[in-house]
Order: sequence, then structure tokens, then C-alpha cells
Amino acid sequence: MVREETTRLFRIWSQTLLPPVVTNTLYYVIFGAFIGSQVADIDGFSYMAYIVPGLVMMTIITSSYMNTVSTFFFAKFQKHIEEMLVSPMPSWVVVAGFVTGGVIRGMLVGFLVLLVSLFFTHLVIYNAFIIFGAAILTSVVFALAGLVNGMFAKSFDAISIVPTFVLTPLTYLGGVFYSVEMLPPFWQQLSLLNPILYMVNAFRYGFLGVSDVPLTTSFAVMGAFIIVFLVAVLWFFKKGAGLKN
Amino acid sequence: MTDTPAISVSEVKKTYSKGVEALKGVSMNIPQGEFFALLGPNGAGKTTLISIISHLVRKTSGEVMINGVSIDADPDAAKSFIGLVPQEFNFNMFKKVINVVVDQAGYYGIPRKEAIVRAEQMLKDLGLWEKRNEMSMRLSGGMKRRVMIARALVHEPKVLLLDEPTAGVDVELRRGMWEYLKRINAEGTTIILTTHYLEEAEQLCRSAAIINKGEIIEQGSMKQLLKKLSFITMQLDTVEPLTEANMQLLKGYPLTKIDDNTLELTLKPGETVNDAFRKLSSIGVQVANVRNSGSLEEVFVNLIKA
Repeated sequence: MVREETTRLFRIWSQTLLPPVVTNTLYYVIFGAFIGSQVADIDGFSYMAYIVPGLVMMTIITSSYMNTVSTFFFAKFQKHIEEMLVSPMPSWVVVAGFVTGGVIRGMLVGFLVLLVSLFFTHLVIYNAFIIFGAAILTSVVFALAGLVNGMFAKSFDAISIVPTFVLTPLTYLGGVFYSVEMLPPFWQQLSLLNPILYMVNAFRYGFLGVSDVPLTTSFAVMGAFIIVFLVAVLWFFKKGAGLKN
Repeated sequence: MTDTPAISVSEVKKTYSKGVEALKGVSMNIPQGEFFALLGPNGAGKTTLISIISHLVRKTSGEVMINGVSIDADPDAAKSFIGLVPQEFNFNMFKKVINVVVDQAGYYGIPRKEAIVRAEQMLKDLGLWEKRNEMSMRLSGGMKRRVMIARALVHEPKVLLLDEPTAGVDVELRRGMWEYLKRINAEGTTIILTTHYLEEAEQLCRSAAIINKGEIIEQGSMKQLLKKLSFITMQLDTVEPLTEANMQLLKGYPLTKIDDNTLELTLKPGETVNDAFRKLSSIGVQVANVRNSGSLEEVFVNLIKA
């Protein structure tokens, strides 16, 4: 399954790898270079250096999610999910296959977007383990979330509703472009309910050594979401929810 | 061969979420090595039953055992015995033909090297070797069906389920597929097939069950069933065009005018063709050609009416 997923990822590179690189290059140019040069430093870092981890994390979230939701829904739509359902392959292996595909795409696209950032700013690495840990765990969370969406989606519209109306707003409001400390107290408190805030901040901490929220809380949030989504996905698979009559 | 049935279905019921009762308590045992036909009109419940056995549809109640293993108690073991060729194409159309087969072997835990060897053999046996590197979507309908057969057999299942395997396949190709299925059956694979072609069931199957409205209405050897179902329908091509006068004289005979040069003859069990042919001869209608036009669909309609 992982081989299939990876082959597909490279076969349609113009749909999977290229668009996020182009979009994020524009973010770097517009927000980082043009607007960012007029913005004061945040926590002692230039605005460009501050937003790079956020943008990379946003890419990882979107790519991991879109990979599983689209491949799983397509497998349902074309009915080739039945190849797996009739086989003795345990549900957890099927889930692991799809999630690994999502993680590979998320990490690969994230790495490419990070590489592009080198044209605009110097890369600072405070702790590589935290960077890698936050990236992998976040990618797993959203690959699993995409799988849940794919299982219940009944149309192509249904696989774009969550990314458009839930994922994108939460990501933009999750401290990608700003520190929550810059917000009024009410909005600061409200932002703390956004799980993506913790993921972006843990990732940023790995690069810059600064975070709006405690690192342990961030990893606890990621761990909790993985457990919840994993249990849900395995349960849905066992029941054949969205898959079997 | 063991005494354990290849498939044992006991009081299986299925009611879909919209309240449609697709199966109303179906029971049957299919011995090892059998070539079995599951026959019935459209919507009878054949595909639902096949889908329950192969784990694509959840049953409402009842028990299904495959080689003595309950699909509820040990689904993974039960699934490993089954190979499924569904009615609709259900492989990734963007995959190469060989990868469809090799990847499926992987889902059954067959190492890739071994899977490639088996896939090569399957594709050669089914006349698809030349197409192995083609994108699946580019194949003809008949080739796609054969890809599904190769895929279903790559893990060497003990039981092969074929849901309308030759639908839309031309006659020559169909006969080639029959020969292949006969061969793997002779090698020990139990085959269960649903079909709309009477000839297919007659040619291949030793026993059969007829299902209608979710219930098995007949079950037994193919010969016995054909006797019961021998509503023979054939088309007679006449040398001269049929006139109104001809048709008046044929009143009371089981003959229907299809067009100016074609009559359809339907015989009930026990009736012979002799009476009809004697009458045709006596009124000067010469028959140039006789064709068997019986489809199972017609047989079922007759059976249900009877």
C-alpha cells in the first residue's frame, strides 16, 4: 500500500508536490518579504523567520489531510477499496498504509517548502528532534482525520468541505502568521481552544526556541488527537461504517 | 476432498437500511470442488448473497461458514479462502494491469517476488500478458473481466465467487473463459457463479440453486433443475415471409410471430417440438433455421408464472 501511495504521489507530482511549493513561495514573497519587512520583529526574530515554521506546518497539515481523504474517497468511488475489504488484511494494516502515505506526502511537501524558504531567510534550528517529532505527530493526526472524512464522504463536495471550512480557518487562526500574544485577551483565550495552535507552536519552538504555549501541552494535544482519531478509525473500519451496506 | 462444505449458508437474512428485504432466510451447502450456479432474475438477491460471503455486505442474521470457518468468528481466515470476481469493475483504473494483480497478492501477504511470478502466470493463462504494462482503463471490457479473474486467483483461493463473469463478453472470449474456469475447477477450486446465460450454467455447472425475491425456490443438480425449468424457447427463421393466414392457422400452438420471417416457439415441460413442426409443415411454412433464444431471465419469468 505504501508503495502504491508513494508511486501515485510522484506520478501526479504536479498535483501533489508542486502546488504547495508555488503557493508558499507566494506567501514568502508577499507576507514575508513585502509586508514582513514593514513588521516589527516577533520574539526577537524577523517576521519572515517567524512565519516559515508556521507555513511549513500549514503545508504538512493540508498535504497529509488531502492525501488520505482523496486517495481513500477515490478508492471508495472507484470501488477498489473492495480489494482490501475482501482480503484478510487486518484493519490496522489498511489504516497504517493510508496514514503512512499521508505522512510521506506531508513530510515531503513540508521539506520542499522548507527548502524554498532558504531563498528568503536563514534557517535556524533550535532542536531537530522537536521539529521532527512535531512534524510527524501532526502529520499522523491529519492523515487520520482525512481518513475519517474519506470514510464518510459520499461526494467530491464532501471531501472539500472540511478542508475549506474547518481546516483552513483553524490553520490561519492557529498562529501561523502571528503570535497569539499579539491578540487581545479574549481572542488569546479563544485561540487556546484551537488544536492547530499547539502544533504550529511546537514546530516553531523546534526552529526558534520560542512558543506561545508550553511544549508538553503541545505534544499532549497531538498525542490525544492521535489516540482519538485512531480509535475512531479502527472502530469505523470494524463496523464497516461508510464502507459496507 | 473433505466432508466440510466449501460454503455453508444457514438462514441468512439481509434487510437493507431502507427496509428492502434482499434475503429472507437463505440456506444452502456447497460441497468442496463443486461448480455451482446461483441463478435468479434481476434483484433476486444473488449479488447480496455473494457480497455477504465475501465480506462486502453485512448480513442481518444467520451464519456463513467458508471451509468450516465462520465469517463472524474468524473473518480473516474465512476471507483467505475466497477469491471474488464482482459484477462491476472494481480495480484502480490508473494502475498497470500487472500491478492490479501483484498488489492484490500483497494484500494476502504473498511476498512481492512470489506475487510477480504468480501474476505473470495468471496473465499468460488469461491472454493478458501483452497488456501487462497497459493502464487498466485502456483495456476492453472483456480484458477487464479477465484482469479481475487473474486478481481473484492470484492468492490461489479454495473458493472462487464469480458474479456475472461473462456479462458483456463476446461469444468467443466467453468460451475461452469457460475452458479456463473448467480447468481450475478440475484442479480443485470450488466455483460459485451467478449468470444470466442459460448456456453458461448448462455448460459449466454441476449443481445450482434458484433464488427469487430473497428465497431459494429450487436447489439440486443442474440436470434436475433444467428438467424442471425446461421452458424451451427457440426462434425459427422461416424461408418465406409469414402471412396473416399462416398466423390464423397457427392459433393454439405455442408460436409467436417476432417479425415477418421469425417465429418464437416456447415449450412447457413435457411438450415436444414435433406438434409445432408438423403443423408448420402442414400449412406450408418451411423453417430454414432454429436458434435457441432462451435466456435465464425468460426461464425465471416462466418458472415464477408456473
